[in-house]
Amino acid sequence: MKFEIFVTLKKDVLDPQGKAVEGAIKNLGLSTISNIRQGKYFTLEVAETDEHKAKQQAEEACKKLLANLTIEEYSIKKLS
Amino acid sequence: MKASVIVFPGSNCDRDIQVALEKFQIATTMVWHQETELPKSDLVVLPGGFSYGDYLRCGSMASKSKIMKEVIQYAGTGGYVFGICNGFQILTEAGLLPGALLRNNKLKFICKDVQIKTINNQTAFTKKLSEHKILTVPIAHNDGNFFASKEEIQSLKDNNQIVFQYCDKEGNISGESNPNGSFLNIAGIVNKNKNVLGMMPHPERVIDQLLGGTDGQEIFRSLL
Repeated sequence: MKFEIFVTLKKDVLDPQGKAVEGAIKNLGLSTISNIRQGKYFTLEVAETDEHKAKQQAEEACKKLLANLTIEEYSIKKLS
Repeated sequence: MKASVIVFPGSNCDRDIQVALEKFQIATTMVWHQETELPKSDLVVLPGGFSYGDYLRCGSMASKSKIMKEVIQYAGTGGYVFGICNGFQILTEAGLLPGALLRNNKLKFICKDVQIKTINNQTAFTKKLSEHKILTVPIAHNDGNFFASKEEIQSLKDNNQIVFQYCDKEGNISGESNPNGSFLNIAGIVNKNKNVLGMMPHPERVIDQLLGGTDGQEIFRSLL
């Protein structure tokens, strides 16, 4: 079973990389774009047929390694 | 006194810290990260470097290595653990210290001498330092911007866990003397039990006049 995972910085954590990207976007003349936040994207496969159990495994991977819950949050979506 | 220095793939200050420890007659054993048993130690050091090439988040993969289970257990029983630079990042990722080290606010790798002020000289790592002693110590990092939640910051203050803050030559702690954007100019903290210290500056690089300074010596003397 395949999942996609987004890991993003929490709202109150400063994202200097997103800010730098935003500066470059502004330089391109795309003046309507703002509030750029940079994050991480993962896909992974779980050898498990039960969706609930598979998702639990993905959650555990997020909590223990893929995301640092002090500064980041994550979302998991099943891929068809 | 015996110390163990944990070596991760990508550590590059492991030999520097070994030289520093041995200068103060601390017998040092290098321990590869895949070991499952920690030698009998009075001190464990997590050295600086770029473990796993800083992939994912600095220190994240190293914090899950086999030997870290032992280090976490050792710290839990009151053993002294000292993390420098990448070692500090590994300690926060392992949950041994609160907070996280984010990308420097100006997005630049910073390699220069900075001043730090001793805020807590009542720890095993700082007891030989006078109150508010200002040290000149180099930093060399891309991700040293200390972040913690409001609650964690309050708890750090309440429990006197802030050990070093970036300052200027006169000891003023201000925005101008903050090299990387760290909350409250934090350069180093201890855990609540005061047996785990993490700091971004490199005291092991200033233990001999030949290296450009001796301000790191008092930290190693404190450990004896």
